[in-house]
Amino acid sequence: MRLQEPEDTVSFTFDGQSIRGVPGEPVAAALMAAGVKLVARSFKYHRPRGIMSAGSEEQNALVTVGRGAQAEPNVRATVLEVSAGLEVFSQNAWPSLKYDVMAVNDLMAPFLGAGFYYKTFMWPKAFWEKLYEPIIRRAAGLGGLSGQPNADRYEKAFAFCDVLIIGGGPAGLMAALTAGRAGADIILADEDTAMGGRLLREVEDIDGQPAADWVEEALVELRALPNVRLMTRTTVTGAYDQGTYGALERIAGPRHIDKPLECFWRVVAKRAILSAGALERPIAFPDNDRPGVMMASAVRSYVNRWGVAPGKTVAVFGNNDDAHRTAHDLAAAGITVAALIDSRPDIQAEGDFEVLSNATVTATKGRHALEGITVTQDGEAREIPVDCLAISGGWNPTVHLTCHMNGRPTWREDIASFVPTPDSIPGMVTAGACNGAFTTAACLKEGAEAAADVARGLGLKPKVTVPAADERAYKIAPLWAMPGKGRKWIDFQNDVHVKDINLAAQENFRSVEHMKRYTTQGMAPDQGKSSNVVALAVLADATGRGIPETGTTTFRPPFVPVSIAAMGAGSQGKGFAPERLTTSHHASVARGAPMIEAGLWYRPSYFPQQGETYWRQSCDREVGYVRNAVGVCDVSTLGKIDIQGPDAAALLDFVYVNMFSTLKQGRVRYGLMLREDGHVMDDGTTARLGPEHFVMTTTTAAAGQVMRHLEFALQVLRPDLDARIASVTEQWAQFAVAGPRSRALLNAVLDARLTDADWPFMACGDVAVAGVAGRLFRISFSGEHAYELAVPARYGASLFRLLTAQAETLGGGAYGMEALNVLRIEKGFITHAEIHGRVTAFDIGMDRMISRKKDCIGQTAAARSGLMSEEREQLVGLKPVGAVKQLTAGAYLFEPGAAAERINSQGYTTSEAYSPTLKTGLALGFLKRGRARHGEVIRMVDHLREIEAKVEVCDPVFFDPDGGRARG
Amino acid sequence: MRITCPNCGERDRREFYYQGDAVALARPASDAGPQAWDDYLHNRENPAGDTQDLWFHEAGCGAWIVVSRNTVTHAIDSTTLAATVKR
Amino acid sequence: MTYSGFRVIKEGLFGQSGWKPVWRDPDPKPEYDALIIGGGGHGLATAYYLAKEHGLTNIAVLEKGYIGGGNVGRNTTIVRANYFLPGNSEFYSHSLKLWEGMEQELNYNVMHSQRGLINLFHSDGQRDAFARRGNAMINQGDDAILLDTGGVRKILPYLDFDNARFPIYGGLYHPRGGTARHDAVAWGYARGADQRGVDIIQNCEVTGIDIEGGVVKGVQTTRGAIKAKKVGIVVAGRSGQVAEMAGMRLPIESHVLQAFVTEGLKPVIDHVVSFGMGHFYISQSDKGGLVFGGDLDFYSSYAARGNLPMKEHVMEAAMTLMPMIGKAKVLRSWGGIMDMTPDGSPIIDKTLTDGLFIDCGWCYGGFKAVPGSGFSFAHLMATGQHHAPAAGFRLDRFRDGVGLMDEEGTGSQHNLH
Repeated sequence: MRLQEPEDTVSFTFDGQSIRGVPGEPVAAALMAAGVKLVARSFKYHRPRGIMSAGSEEQNALVTVGRGAQAEPNVRATVLEVSAGLEVFSQNAWPSLKYDVMAVNDLMAPFLGAGFYYKTFMWPKAFWEKLYEPIIRRAAGLGGLSGQPNADRYEKAFAFCDVLIIGGGPAGLMAALTAGRAGADIILADEDTAMGGRLLREVEDIDGQPAADWVEEALVELRALPNVRLMTRTTVTGAYDQGTYGALERIAGPRHIDKPLECFWRVVAKRAILSAGALERPIAFPDNDRPGVMMASAVRSYVNRWGVAPGKTVAVFGNNDDAHRTAHDLAAAGITVAALIDSRPDIQAEGDFEVLSNATVTATKGRHALEGITVTQDGEAREIPVDCLAISGGWNPTVHLTCHMNGRPTWREDIASFVPTPDSIPGMVTAGACNGAFTTAACLKEGAEAAADVARGLGLKPKVTVPAADERAYKIAPLWAMPGKGRKWIDFQNDVHVKDINLAAQENFRSVEHMKRYTTQGMAPDQGKSSNVVALAVLADATGRGIPETGTTTFRPPFVPVSIAAMGAGSQGKGFAPERLTTSHHASVARGAPMIEAGLWYRPSYFPQQGETYWRQSCDREVGYVRNAVGVCDVSTLGKIDIQGPDAAALLDFVYVNMFSTLKQGRVRYGLMLREDGHVMDDGTTARLGPEHFVMTTTTAAAGQVMRHLEFALQVLRPDLDARIASVTEQWAQFAVAGPRSRALLNAVLDARLTDADWPFMACGDVAVAGVAGRLFRISFSGEHAYELAVPARYGASLFRLLTAQAETLGGGAYGMEALNVLRIEKGFITHAEIHGRVTAFDIGMDRMISRKKDCIGQTAAARSGLMSEEREQLVGLKPVGAVKQLTAGAYLFEPGAAAERINSQGYTTSEAYSPTLKTGLALGFLKRGRARHGEVIRMVDHLREIEAKVEVCDPVFFDPDGGRARG
Repeated sequence: MRITCPNCGERDRREFYYQGDAVALARPASDAGPQAWDDYLHNRENPAGDTQDLWFHEAGCGAWIVVSRNTVTHAIDSTTLAATVKR
Repeated sequence: MTYSGFRVIKEGLFGQSGWKPVWRDPDPKPEYDALIIGGGGHGLATAYYLAKEHGLTNIAVLEKGYIGGGNVGRNTTIVRANYFLPGNSEFYSHSLKLWEGMEQELNYNVMHSQRGLINLFHSDGQRDAFARRGNAMINQGDDAILLDTGGVRKILPYLDFDNARFPIYGGLYHPRGGTARHDAVAWGYARGADQRGVDIIQNCEVTGIDIEGGVVKGVQTTRGAIKAKKVGIVVAGRSGQVAEMAGMRLPIESHVLQAFVTEGLKPVIDHVVSFGMGHFYISQSDKGGLVFGGDLDFYSSYAARGNLPMKEHVMEAAMTLMPMIGKAKVLRSWGGIMDMTPDGSPIIDKTLTDGLFIDCGWCYGGFKAVPGSGFSFAHLMATGQHHAPAAGFRLDRFRDGVGLMDEEGTGSQHNLH
């Protein structure tokens, strides 16, 4: 029922029923106005539940919003804003909210106590996965995901400020005014749709005017300050190191596909003021979970702020003065107050309603909606018909953020609550209700003083002026759980009641962490915001300890649930990682080449020609180009590192196992690089372009790692060396030109002709292509007479076109990764398939490359006995010699008669290819004592692909073993 | 987490690569013996408290930095360029 | 007290009044035959198997806080046997077999759910590496199936097969892999050990290890001195501090690994899915929460909490791989302290002190190892001989380079495993 008729309403639906609501008000308010009491079903017992709170702490009223890919489960109806056409659905009920089959669990409740599932469902064993677990899984869970890919927009952003003020209630507003007037750069964030915190719901004065007017004045002033950013609908979700905070902003207005739903903020603040207020806690009495039982402060919110009556006849039950406000406000709004029930003796309250001191609520009735309560006073029970019960067990300061860095809150006996322990978060101070200061006057004062302190710390000169405000003291007599029978809910969301906690204690789950984990107390979507302190008190009572000794569980981020889409914004689809494209990318795509991922790069797999229907046809043809004519391949993705300085050669000697200081200018050398632990890190060629100038190439995969490694060697290990390095991978486009006609091709495009005398194998130097200065390296990854030609990247695309066109006139063309792989396997050249991080120079037959004339990274560790053992698996070639010609990578090697089991393993394969050159399948692999076993016939077994082949062990260089083709 | 690069100033942790204990600064001689190398490569003080470790400003200036830090609180005490550390 | 469905019904009818403490809370005795320092999963399992397999019942588990409060209480609950290097293969294979009989053996439902684990791969090279892994698993006698893209699509239709940054080439399917209710494993072993007479002593912090002439004599604790001829250190996350009491330095760096859980949702993810390119793995608990995690935060830490960059990275991986979980909301994130070793594999070994043993270095794979580690460590403590499946977990392998088990191939940098 609405207290005043609103001007503008829109309609939305709840389970198909059309409801009128005011745009921007919480769906909970509109449902309440429409008389909807039953909103949800509970998690375990499927109990009927209604609306309990007026904020993000809501335990009961979780709903699903929208349909299809836009459906969002587990949204709090108390936070969700009404907009036209919004579709809201109840969840965790079947076939309907009113008639929910799973409510049978409530009847079974005596058998479903805390942890019952640990004690049964064990027989027969196979039934767990087949029967018990599927039933449990189907019964569990709240809302459901649509199963369709997210179709909404989410964003992420960074923000920086001097002071982050968390919570825009009286303390936060006063802090913002104080620090803002002093000139500090401020972000004031509040999760509500409007600033003001509890001033939005309370009837009281500040500075002689209604609190709401004071809030509006404060906001006018703050909005006018250029150094203040006001962020409503923004919940600060976590506190992290060095003043970093996470915050989730719900974007205002109707949910549209063309604007983000949420933005996840990373806020970096020099200082922070936590003024997050407090949350009211319930009292555990039998059947305290009926729809219509609400928090007393929430009732005030609905009545005073949203103009909605939560019931026609309302009783108020509390243990503190604050609850009395609810009775007064209800009466003032013309709603019948059936009774004010206070557990404390001798309570005086003025009002046009019955006041029952020393009285408690001991039962409720009504199934889908509250119909009445039983009040017990002096041992006498009496029933009072009500349709709403407002309860208050006192207030818990919102200490959560102060616990995010393992801080533990401190128990304060006078307010029967935990308050933040100072300095729990470096740079953060707390003020107001979250600090245990519950009067408005105290909130304003603490907010102003905290902000003044912070501002002074920033070198500013704040002035503190605090307006006069309500100073009504908050008196409370702790009341946690009623004695007697019946289920008394504590954690409404996870259906944990007093007996569960007592059972945990009885079974020796006495540690608060054990109790939590055994009963699931505090593990529901609200993470025990409202219920944890009550549960602690019950556990303390059951174990004969005080609350401080019982201790607390840890509040961890996020403060409110954060959607994965918000925190992972930008990554859906291709956004997860950058895409690196070579200069020949578009030309390759235009030629129909399938582009495959190579780290962050894309490289062409092969270049299909008309009539080719299978990748192998293209690959074999491209291999033929290189073996018989000339092929062109973009190798720009290989890492290129420019190394200069008087000690450049010394640096290379230190990072490579072999000598580079002896390398002559104009020459290239193959180098092998170890990690300091003696295993192979990477390999590549390094060219000496000048006396103090080298350019190193790395594999595509290890380019970043090698760059980091060189900087490490230079800055950390050998700062004495005078050398500088720079990654130039992006600056140069580089193409392999490989095959017997490679020189012919180059001579057609280079400004000056190449001769064998000037350009022997492993030569390098400057060249020019159509006037563009480039570099040429006579190196080969195919075993053929070959070059790599590099030009500044801006010329890469045209050079690729030029080279491929020329190659085609010479009977060749472009080749891709598949052909490149075949060519290198034919030659036994290794890639990271072989140097996979566990192999040594010894394993790949390169231990003799390790120069003994100098120290290098990895040399000492490589000499460890385990890394030199003859028993190690060594690189070999493998050729099929039986009926099965297909070899695979990732298969294992066995003696012919041995079972294919771990204990018999002799080694494994790493790479395989069909060699069109040799007309056979080939594989590289590692075999125990492999170098001594050439000629042996063994078994290759691939269980997964169901392939078993007889293979002959041979030298890994299958083709042109003496290397004449590359040198010729 | 924010780290102050001596070259660039305070930056987000995501710009940095973490290597490990600053023991890496004291590389033993190649003939220092197996125990010295075992300690260098593998064994760690691994304190629950103040430590010094090596970070690389990979998405920044490329400096290797010695960070004095607390492993329990994550408080950062000071940062120094590794190249300038006396050894 | 034997647990059964019958018993649950009976107690339900009589107000649950008959349930007894799951374990006792005895005061420490002045002397035991053996002490286990650390009441986590591994320590409790060790105590259980010492009692059950070796008849050692005059023993105690010393726990500084509450049992099961370390990594067994804060992991992502995955149980698998999909290692490929000798030394690891046989150990995890043995451990998985113990899992498969655990509930009946302990008479405690740890909800071990063999729902299947799928490791996705995203390139030909990764496929071959996973093929090697799968073949090694079958060599070991475990199960593995190599799926192509279509095979993955059948099982996990909700992945992004069309748009993802790293296309799904296939997956290695490990049908016996799955999950379990993590806390229950600690409680089940505690109950089993307690029933066999083991004293589980909580709130008892070890402050010193008494060693005379190279022989262990007992420990000092916050609840007094306790003598014992054998002491086992099983304190993942604090291994360095406790080992230091015995003058040892370990090849361990402690790192924080974060994990996440969402609100309860109706069943939507039926397997354990692991996304190699993005360091992301996920399963759905029986309660309905999506439980997932990623890589280390990468800096050494004892804080048991992490920072935003890795949180965001994990969520980003989730969104590129399975954009249907975007509207699931993260409820809680936490961190565990990981004993990271230089090869990513653990240590179960004697020490240079007679009678002092150590079990540590589980990196972020310790949960699935709980039964195997307990069994093998108990064997070592009781017999002085290495248990065959764990014989590779030697401390000296790093110094000598013999039998390194570097599954990731990343070398001796602790945080890269």
